[in-house]
This record gives sequence, C-alpha cells and structure tokens, in this order.
Amino acid sequence: MASFSADLGRREPRLWQSIRGISWGLVLLICAAACFGIVVLYSAADGSMDPWAAKQTIRFAIALILMVGTALVDIRHWFRAAYWVYAIVLALVVAVDLRGFVGMGAQRWIDLGVIQLQPSELMNVVVVLALARYFHSLSGEDVGRIRCLILPALTVGLPAALVLKQPDLGTAVMLLMGGTVLFFIAGVRLRYFALTVAAAAAALPGVWHFLRDYQKTRIYTFLDPDSDPLGAGYHILQSKIALGSGGLFGKGFLQGSQSHLSFLPEKQTDFIFTTLAEEFGLVGGLGLLVLYSLIIVYGFAIALRSRNHFGRLLGLGIVTNFFLSVFINAAMVMGLIPVVGVPLPLISYGGTALLAVMFGFGLLINVGAHRDTRLNSRGERRPG
Amino acid sequence: MLGVGQAILVAALGERMYQLQILESDRYVMLADENRINLQLLAPQRGRILDRFGAALAENHQNYRLVVIAEQAEDITATLDALAGLIEIGEGDRRRVLRDIRRKHPFVPVVVRGSMSWEEMARIEVAIPELPGVAIEQGLTRSYPLGETAAHAIGYVAAVSESELGRDPLLELPDFRIGKSGIEKSQDAELRGSAGTSQVEVNAFGRVVRELARVPGRPGKDVVSCLDAAMQDFLARRCSTEESVASVLLDAVTGDVLALVSNPSFDPAPFAIGLTPAVWQQLSADPRNPLTNKAIAGVYPPGSTFKPVVATAALATGVLTPETPISCPGYLELGNATFHCWREHGHGTLRVREAIKRSCDVFFYETARRLGIDRLAAIARSFGYGNVVGLDIPGERAGLIPSREWKLATSGTAWSQGETVIAGIGQGSVLATPLQIAIMVARLVTGRAVVPRLVRADGVMPPGGDPTPPDFPALGVSPRVLAIVVDGMNAVVNEQGGTAYAERITDPGFAMGGKSGTSQVRAISEYEHEHGLPKISEIPWRERDHALFVGFAPVGAPRYVCATVVEHGGVRGGHGSEVAAPICRDVLREVQRRDPARRVPRGDTLAQLHPLDRSPPNADAPGG
Repeated sequence: MASFSADLGRREPRLWQSIRGISWGLVLLICAAACFGIVVLYSAADGSMDPWAAKQTIRFAIALILMVGTALVDIRHWFRAAYWVYAIVLALVVAVDLRGFVGMGAQRWIDLGVIQLQPSELMNVVVVLALARYFHSLSGEDVGRIRCLILPALTVGLPAALVLKQPDLGTAVMLLMGGTVLFFIAGVRLRYFALTVAAAAAALPGVWHFLRDYQKTRIYTFLDPDSDPLGAGYHILQSKIALGSGGLFGKGFLQGSQSHLSFLPEKQTDFIFTTLAEEFGLVGGLGLLVLYSLIIVYGFAIALRSRNHFGRLLGLGIVTNFFLSVFINAAMVMGLIPVVGVPLPLISYGGTALLAVMFGFGLLINVGAHRDTRLNSRGERRPG
Repeated sequence: MLGVGQAILVAALGERMYQLQILESDRYVMLADENRINLQLLAPQRGRILDRFGAALAENHQNYRLVVIAEQAEDITATLDALAGLIEIGEGDRRRVLRDIRRKHPFVPVVVRGSMSWEEMARIEVAIPELPGVAIEQGLTRSYPLGETAAHAIGYVAAVSESELGRDPLLELPDFRIGKSGIEKSQDAELRGSAGTSQVEVNAFGRVVRELARVPGRPGKDVVSCLDAAMQDFLARRCSTEESVASVLLDAVTGDVLALVSNPSFDPAPFAIGLTPAVWQQLSADPRNPLTNKAIAGVYPPGSTFKPVVATAALATGVLTPETPISCPGYLELGNATFHCWREHGHGTLRVREAIKRSCDVFFYETARRLGIDRLAAIARSFGYGNVVGLDIPGERAGLIPSREWKLATSGTAWSQGETVIAGIGQGSVLATPLQIAIMVARLVTGRAVVPRLVRADGVMPPGGDPTPPDFPALGVSPRVLAIVVDGMNAVVNEQGGTAYAERITDPGFAMGGKSGTSQVRAISEYEHEHGLPKISEIPWRERDHALFVGFAPVGAPRYVCATVVEHGGVRGGHGSEVAAPICRDVLREVQRRDPARRVPRGDTLAQLHPLDRSPPNADAPGG
C-alpha cells in the first residue's frame, strides 16, 4: 500500500512534468502552419472543403493527438524501441515492394484498409531514431573508426536503395541527406564525407546509366526548362508562371488562375507552395518560410538544450529532416533544383507524410519534455 | 554550423522568391494571362442578297445540328443506340462519331447530324430528358429561295480553301463560308461583315470557364441585286424546256440585268455543307456544263445576230448608204472560194434594211468585204464584242473579234479576205457571249455605251423608279445610222418575210424587234451544199447548230433586251427563230406586262429622240 502510494506519488508528477515540458509554443506554430495548409487546400479545390481540406483537417487532428501521445511517452521507451520501430517500418517498405499496387506511376502504397500507408514516408523519422540510438551508444573514439560506421551506413543505405527501386527518387534523396546530416552531427570526421562525395562523383556516370528515362528527362528539364514548354518542362514552367504572376501581394484568396484553371500540376501536393504563393504573393510565401524558420529555430533550441546525446541527435536529426524537405520542395517549385517528389511538410495534402512529420515533432517535443533525463548506453536511467 | 548553412539556404529561397515574384513578375503575369485568356472570333451573320424590289434571293436559314457531348453521356453507345431509334444514323456516321469522341476532349460537342428536318428535331427535343449528353445546336446556313433558278447569278458559298486564306482571321474559322461564284463572290467583302471577338477564360484542357469580354462584330450588309425575282423565275422556267440554254434579260437604259439564266443549273445550297464526290462528279462530267454560267462564259459564234453590227459599221463608215443595192445570187465567189447564202437560190437585189430583215448572207459577205476586217472589228469592239463588257460578277469571258494581229500571233499566217467575208455573218473566228449579244443591242437601241450590272449600289428600287440611273457615254455612232439598223431589226419580227415574223408579239404596244441567228458548230462541206444537208435527227446533239435570238421591246421605245442562245438547238437548218426567238418573245412580253408603271422610258432612248416614220410597231405593221 505504502509502496503503491509511493509509486503513485512518483509517477503522477512525472506525467504532469511531461505535459508541462511540452513546448506549447512549438505546438502552436505547427498548428498555425497546418491551418495555413488547410486554407490553401480549400482554395485549391475551388473554394470547397471537398475533396482535400476536410480530410486533411481530420487527419491533422488525429496526428496532433498522436504527436502529443508520442511526446508524453518516456524517452527511454523510445530509446529502447528505436531499433524495433526501424525494423517494423523497414519490413513495411519491403512489403510494399512485394505486394504494393501501382499508384501514381510508382509502387509506394500499402493498403491497411482504413488508410493507404506509404511506409517510405515514415522511413525518414525512424532512420533518424535508429541512428540517434546507435551514435548515442558509440564512444567518441569509435565514431572515428570506419568499421563502426558500416552498420549505420547500411541503416541508411538499405531503405534508400529499396525506396529508389520503387521508384521514389525524392524520398531516397531525403533519406540519404537526412542520414548524412546525422553522421555529421554525431561527429563523424569530415574527410569521410569528402571521401563519400568523391566516390559518388566517380560513380556518377555509372549511376546516370542506371537512371530511368523519366529521371534523366527531369534533370535535362531542370537544366533548361524553357526548351520544351509543353513537354517535360511544363510543370516547372507553369509553376514559375504561377509564382511570378502572384507578385508581391498575390492574386487574392481563391483567385489564382494558374491553380484554378489546372495549369499547375499537383497543385494540392508537391506544388502546393506555388498555389499558396500565387494567391498570397511574396508576402504569403515569405510568411510561410518565416513560420517554418521559427519552427526550425524552436526545434534547434529544444535539441541543443537536451542533456542526453540521444535527445540532441534525435532532435537535430528531425529538425534537419524537416528543414530539408521544406527546402527541397520550395527550391523545386521555384526551379532551383530538379523536380523530385518531396511534399511540403504540414501543408501538402497526404496522410502518411503528415503522420510522419507529426510523429517526428512528437519525438522532438519528447526530447524537450525529457531533456533532463539521462540515458546510459542501454537506455537505462542514469543515477543522479 | 548546421544552423548557418540552413539560414543561407532559406535566404536563397527568399531571394529566389523575390526574383520571381517582384523582379520578373510582369513577365509571368503576362504568361499567366496568355495561358488563361483565349480570344475567340465571333462569326458575323452574312448579309442577304435581295432582288431589285427587296425579295430575298440568298438568306440565312436557321438550322439545327445534333451533337453529343461525351462527358455528359453515361454510356455513349447507349445514347447513340437510343438516337438511332429516333432518327436514322448510318453505320459510317456512327463510326465517325465514336472516333471523334475518342480523339477530342470529353467536353467538346461532336456533331452527329449536320442538319435536321423540323420533324426530326421535334422528335429528339421531346425525348431529350432520356438522352443524356445529347444536345441540339442552332446554326445558320445559307439558303437560296430560288434554288437552281438563280444559281449562276447569285452564286454560292462554300468552305474557305487554302489559297483563299488572307489577312482576315475570320477565314480561319472552321465553319466559315465565303462566296465562291456570282454575286456571293463579287460582293463577298460587303456580305461578310467583320468579326467580333469574345475573350474567354480557359483552363489547361481548353474548356471555356467564363467569358471575360465581348466585342460584337459587324454583320454583313445586305446587297441589292438588279435581278427581278419574278422575271428570273419566268425566264428560268421558259428556258427549262430546252436542253441547254443561256439567256439574259437587260434593262437597255440602265444596264440592269433583270434575269440571267444558264440552263441546266445546279442547287447552290449543298455547296455550303460540302458536295459529296458523287454529286461533284455528276455536275462536272455533264456535257451541258451546269456549273458554267453560259450567259457570260459561254462563247458562241454569234452568227446572223452579228449582222446588225456589220450593217452599222458599213453605214457609219459610208461603205453603204441605206440605198446601196447589192445583188444576191445565192453565193459569193472570192478567188477560187465560194461562199453560200443560206437561201440556195439567193435573195435578188437587196438594200440594207431588207438584208437585215431577210438575213441575207451574201449581202453581208459583200459588205464585210468592202469594209475590211479593221473597220469591222473597231465597230464590233465599240459594241462590246471582243472584250469583257464588265458585268460585276466573276467569270465573264471576252469572246473574240479576230484581227490581223491576232491571226498572225495565233496561226502565224496572214489574214485572208475570206475570213473577213465569213466574219460578216458572225462566223469563222468570231465568238461572243449571250451577254455581249444583249449588250450589243442595248447599245444599238440607246446609242450609249451601256455597261451591264447585277448589283445595285442605290439599294432597293423605290416605287417611283430609279432617281439616278447610270449615265453612259454616247457611242459616237450617228443616231441616224442606228435608227436604220434598229428599223431593220423591227422588220425582222414585225414584217411579213422577216425571219422571225412568226414569233412577233401581237399585244398592242408590246411589239419587239430583234435578230435571229444560227451558228454552225461544224463546217458544212461542199458535198452537203450540193447534195442537201443531213436531217437534224441524223446529226449528233453536240454537232448541231446553235440557235440564237436577240430581241428588244417595246420596239417604238426600246427598254428591254433579251438575248438567248439555245446550244445545239438548231432545227432543220433554221434561223434560231424556231427555238430561241419564242423564249425572247415570251420573256419580253412578260417583262412589259409586269412593268408596274408601263412607264415610257426616260426619253433619251434613240427611238424617241429620232422617231421612226412608221405606223405603230405592232401586229398591223405592213409586211416587207
């Protein structure tokens, strides 16, 4: 009885502490970005909640609960579960390869009945989770040893290869870049990166040979989008027209001609930033970028204030991943980089992507809420 | 370090947005508008063609097209099946519709039937609630109330051909039609009007979302023609009794073409839709040339209708006086050639009036010989021969008045006197159109260089008559000379012994004058001169003589002229009086009957300026 009450007395304040530890400012910023997204989806459907805005609202609500739930779970549980979560998602990706069906020209979906899950979208977060745990356990000297880097390299490389085979160039690039950044944060020496880059450059002609035709076309198109305005360059040209014609203040809510008249492809998913910037102009576009920057700065602050290595790595990895997808998507629609299918986090229509992002933020907030928790190499609470 | 890197990248995004949305914004705004705004042309309504009293000769007819719109039909084959139960849809049409639907955007209407009868339209209209995707579109098609009757004068419209594409963007509209012949062609610019424009917003698939602005076009103007629908109809009916005829009825004073017929004719309406190859083949292979306007583009040796010109030339140049006698023994010998008169045993001694009346060949052989080809040709040209007379529709041919230069240029040999002699009776190389023959007489009876016209610039005839009739310059031939020739032509019809006496108009005050003619298509051989001509039934149609007649009325104050050529209509080696003259007679009688005021012409016709010292020109005229 005494011990029970003592247990109770110890646990309740901890849950309460966790709730209090949640960075509500970050949650607010995330909600603001998502609301902005829902408004744009409403406009993309010619001023209708159907077919996108309503669904996305419900999904966001569910994902929000999931995020808070993720944040409240003791960080040690996540630490211990890291490899398992990774293994499960990897298994799902393999399952997609085995019995996925062809959608959007690529095998990416797994039908769970209720939702169509796109496990590769989840891969980013769980790779970061797994790597964070791995590097947490690695001593400073081991990080400098090549043989200790083979396992984490496989952790990134295996899912990246599978995703590339689906084929989903965007997600694969995201995986590789996100993983690489984690290596960097973990303190892997720069010369290894230099070596990898050199090796990649050497392999480039070979890789080019293995690229699919449409992927090659995308790269050609990126290099000279105006050369083929009705063919491969169509998407990026129309996107630039939409952005440019938006001007400083935009054409106004529901007034974007490029998106409403279907000149803009994928206006609710990959090109949603264009839809937004056409109607709300430079002001709206920069506003969103500022919102994103605040989230990123907030995330950095949370990650850097964590007292355990796992938390720092996890936090920085998630924030960097978030940043990368924002940058790749925005740079793509502005014609700065080739077209790769990366959604704009929190804004683009799509269930799994939202789920993955919110799961990541859940982990980030978790790191913030449990920043004082000390972890040993096995995920046990260190005394003191 | 990571933070700095990210900040730089975000700054790069911001800079790029600034570049796109501020620096290059104007260019992209323009591109976005080019994307979404489509300029569509609105075809103007084509002007009507009216007759001189305002009756429609060409107008626009409401027509109903049956279309299907694939995206509105749940099952297009089921819809077509249902339609086939209501109206006839051929297997070919069905295949074409299904093919078009596959090729086009689902919101583009596909035409099932270009035009439907009122009854078919009603049947579908009633069933339309059960026919998803079916719609009836209204359009305008050109229609011609007179149909075949006036096809050559009015012409027809058809789709624009590649070579006709010009600066007018209207011509590129797929449904646009332009005039291809007759008044439809010559007045196309007036009738066409100008395009309106409609600015529409379209989406990426070309579907029209809404109209932004509309500038209405200017509809085509109505064109008033000189034709008299009633006379046109009368003349066409009268001509339909012969196999192949060209006839033109003129107002001699104004040059107005009151009726113009080329028979057989064609239906002008189907050209607007497009002729089927079978119909086209049939029209173009017909030896009677239904598509040719023979009244202005058919060239025939004028034969004896040319004799008044020869007489005028001789009198005007002093080669003959009214009293100069020439003897006709039935032939004229010139060197070793013999030229026969149509009357085997000759006419005896004749003066010019009698020679016209009886159409003596030898008299005009001799007259032409004395004139020489140069003087003859000059007068013939001043009467409208040898050159287009300038009717305001396309297709007129010049005919031919031979000359020394022409002979040398075409055959390389010198002119021979025999050719002058044969030209004296309108044979040999002389060629003229029915219009030219009519104009010759119009000039003869008015003394002025009358030019024919089919289009009235002044609009519909006011009830009181033309306020400003055209003022043609004088021909420069002495009115007295003209009066003698006109009197001879009076005698042809109204005096016993005249070649067309049997065809005279007996109604008081309506009498006509005129000249008959037969023109040979094949030469009569010496053998036939000696052994007699073959019977008409033994000569193939194509080799039979043309029968010609040109008449004017009323003979005392000539106002109307009618020239008729019946192709290969020669009967028993006659004078053209037998088949061509009755047509002219009936038409001239009818046009005088219809003359609302029974007006006496303005008073500047020759016959009134120099009244002939004769009894009233009617049936009581004394025989020659």
